[in-house]
Amino acid sequence: MTIASTVRLQREPFDVSAEAAKLTRGRTDVGAVVTFTGICRGDEAGEQIAALTLEHYPGMAEAEIERHVADALTRWPLLGVTVIHRHGRMQPGEDIVMVATASSHRQAAFAAAEFLMDYLKTRAPFWKQVEKAGAKTWVDAKEADDAAAGRWSPTRKQAVE
Amino acid sequence: MKLRYFAWVRERVGKPEEDIDVPPGIGTVGELMTWLASRGEEYAHAFENPKVIRAAIDRTHVRPQAAIEGAGEIAFFPPMTGG
Repeated sequence: MTIASTVRLQREPFDVSAEAAKLTRGRTDVGAVVTFTGICRGDEAGEQIAALTLEHYPGMAEAEIERHVADALTRWPLLGVTVIHRHGRMQPGEDIVMVATASSHRQAAFAAAEFLMDYLKTRAPFWKQVEKAGAKTWVDAKEADDAAAGRWSPTRKQAVE
Repeated sequence: MKLRYFAWVRERVGKPEEDIDVPPGIGTVGELMTWLASRGEEYAHAFENPKVIRAAIDRTHVRPQAAIEGAGEIAFFPPMTGG
């Protein structure tokens, strides 16, 4: 059994379907691929957004995502995982992040994709800044995201506060 | 020791990174934040509410009680908003 695992940070756009296709190419043991794509919305709390800039901590961002991919591989019988996160400036409608998971059956693929996204939002060192009405503001972390990540860990040891 | 700052912590401090000599007696990340806050107006502003600031030692998340001894790089940043 080969497990194809890819973690990439980049400025450039990515091709979700090409990335998903790579997880099944040349093999017939994959029965399910789940892809999630996070997209830059055109509004935030009813206000129009001109652009979004994502800052990240090079080195730590990759390491943190890889750590959670490794964790996902121990939790579910996955055959492939791809996580690509963009940084830099992007406009409404552009893809920001993608997670693709492959498994023999759908449950593992769905659960692992959700797990990875929940952790990406709260533990991977990325920060969003929005540009609207000529002003730049940092996006506040959401308690709902912390709660979503917390449900994967009964001890809640990943919560800093 | 190298310090790195990200997002609004970086903006308030006014620089992305710096090398500092930590005075003796400062043993934890939390104590380091308290000391940094005393280094001037911009630091006081950046670290005015240390409870909301997250930290990493050598690219691993740590709590304020973490010891800084032996650390090569300590980073301070707001709660993360990626994904």
